[in-house]
Amino acid sequence: MATNMISKRNLGMFMYLIFVLLPIYWLLNMSFKTNDEILGQLTLWPTDFTLNNYITIFTDASWYMGYVNSMTYVAMNLVITLLVSLPAAYAFSRYKFVGDKHLFFWLLSNRMAPPAVFLLPFFQLYSSVGLFDTHLAVALAHCLFTVPLAVWILEGFMSGVPKEIDETAYIDGYSFGHFFIKIFIPMISSGIGVTAFFTFMFSWVELLLARTLTSVDAKPISAIMTRTVGATGIDWGVLAAAGVLTIIPGILVVWFVRNHVAKGFALGRV
Amino acid sequence: MLNWMAWTMPSGLFFIGIASILLVMTIFEIRKPCVERKGWLPIPTTRGDRLFIGLLSSAFIHLSFLGLSDLSLWIALAMSALLMLILLRWG
Amino acid sequence: MTGAKVWKRTMNKIPNNKAWWLVLPMFLLVAFSAIIPLMTVVNYSLQDIFDQNTAYFVGVEWYQEVLRDTRLHDSLLRQFGFSLSVLLIEIPLGIAVALMMPTRGWQASAVLILLALPLLIPWNVVGTIWQVFARGDIGLFGWTLNNLGVDYNYTSNSLDAWLTVLLMDVWHWTSLVALLCYSGLRAIPDAYYQAAKIDRASPWAVFRYIQLPRLKNVLVIGVLLRFMDSFMIYTEPFVLTGGGPGTSTTFLSQTLTQMAIGQFDIGPAAAFSLVYFLIVLLVSWVFFTTITHMEKSDNGNKHDK
Repeated sequence: MATNMISKRNLGMFMYLIFVLLPIYWLLNMSFKTNDEILGQLTLWPTDFTLNNYITIFTDASWYMGYVNSMTYVAMNLVITLLVSLPAAYAFSRYKFVGDKHLFFWLLSNRMAPPAVFLLPFFQLYSSVGLFDTHLAVALAHCLFTVPLAVWILEGFMSGVPKEIDETAYIDGYSFGHFFIKIFIPMISSGIGVTAFFTFMFSWVELLLARTLTSVDAKPISAIMTRTVGATGIDWGVLAAAGVLTIIPGILVVWFVRNHVAKGFALGRV
Repeated sequence: MLNWMAWTMPSGLFFIGIASILLVMTIFEIRKPCVERKGWLPIPTTRGDRLFIGLLSSAFIHLSFLGLSDLSLWIALAMSALLMLILLRWG
Repeated sequence: MTGAKVWKRTMNKIPNNKAWWLVLPMFLLVAFSAIIPLMTVVNYSLQDIFDQNTAYFVGVEWYQEVLRDTRLHDSLLRQFGFSLSVLLIEIPLGIAVALMMPTRGWQASAVLILLALPLLIPWNVVGTIWQVFARGDIGLFGWTLNNLGVDYNYTSNSLDAWLTVLLMDVWHWTSLVALLCYSGLRAIPDAYYQAAKIDRASPWAVFRYIQLPRLKNVLVIGVLLRFMDSFMIYTEPFVLTGGGPGTSTTFLSQTLTQMAIGQFDIGPAAAFSLVYFLIVLLVSWVFFTTITHMEKSDNGNKHDK
């Protein structure tokens, strides 16, 4: 009975993972094919294996600079988000203050506006402060949805830390800043790992704001992909290779934070 | 610099109105912190909650007047003000 | 009771308005990107805009127009239908996947990483992946269906297109619900399961009385995020189907984009954006309040958020 249950569970998990991985495999498969093979017949693996699609991307600056741009603004966004969210989440988890509940809901409500019409004011706002087509502009704009999420996740982790620890530290003569950096932050490092993962995720995958706020110097890879598809007809092989390369930074991030994420999830916010 | 925001007098007044309501409520809250209580609304609310409910329902009252009838918006405004009063006092 | 819950319960937050200083940098940063564009859109919605310097004040005319526009009503209904379907599939499926995930060892990390993959792909790439994957000639999914004798073509059949967008969304976002639920499940102390074992509780009873109550908080955020994001869906269906065939997969955001950029009707588009924002705000608020209220009456704890 018990083993039967477990194998059923594993089978279900296995099926779901197949469902998740098949479309990604198909993209990977396509990226190693020539265009003739892609459009010619359906093959389950590349019969005419080629790296040309990747070579195209890595030898053309207008392609690979897209990756550099995307990674730059995602990294900036991550730093800014953590810097402002850590103290804010601490305030939410430890104190009651005027308007705390409403502020929290207001933060959430920033995800609710439909992007289409808001793109125009965004463009004008960042142009008028002279940040248009800089990485900073995209990083700041993405804070709109990464900060609320970061505050929410961090607040959960901080609430799990007993308040006696703060009080003991203050009695021992620690200043707030010293306590926060030396004692408190190490205690919630897993929470910061989870936050970093989600912040990276939502900033990396966003296209509309990133495309609107950049033109040349900070253009993200996802925007370069769409433009190239439009201009030259569809070069399926290069498109697939570019797509595969957009997945790799994500895999690296998950790999580096995997222990934190697993441990952080285990601490959990409940 | 603010030219692109396309300000108009009515929307400017609207935002000044909202901002001053928030300001007044904040000062009121600091002077006389309010306790959560249960009125005729199905949930216990604080003063700020009731203000939010009032503002959101006012918005929907105005929208339904615009969408469903040709009546003047002043009626909607009067209804909203009345609702706001009832909410803040007894809600 | 052990664990995080007890801390929350014993820990009364201290009233202290100086905490605002800690929140202020975050507030200013978000307000800069949130409030100024919102104000601008309100201004747009009251005017007939021709270019940067030529605009006429028209009052509430646009609101009147868009609230009576049947095209927008249809768009809104389609949107509700889609968001509801997304929630009905992704939430139960996400819980099921979270329950099936291994809890320890290298398998746990491996499954975590694999599940996170769809979340880390840029949205237009997601669209591209499915655009290819679902094609009848060069895509594995469409090709398999066609060879099994199913008449499937997402570029010409509206139902197929709609289902493909739904399937893509399920593929893309169920992992998020699963990961959130997994974190909730991992926070349940082993003692609970041992007690259930002694009582010979059925798997269903374990789920209903031990696991589900602990999932409530993560599910709130999961449902909220999925509702808001699916209501706003734009990039993926735009790449996949371009809104077609006909208008079967033209969701609200795309209708708005066509209005604002295609026809340069910024006024009406802005007015409808705000109506739309108010609807999402109302639904989210009702949902948020109901859940937090239920929670309060459950454990009588006034300070729990």
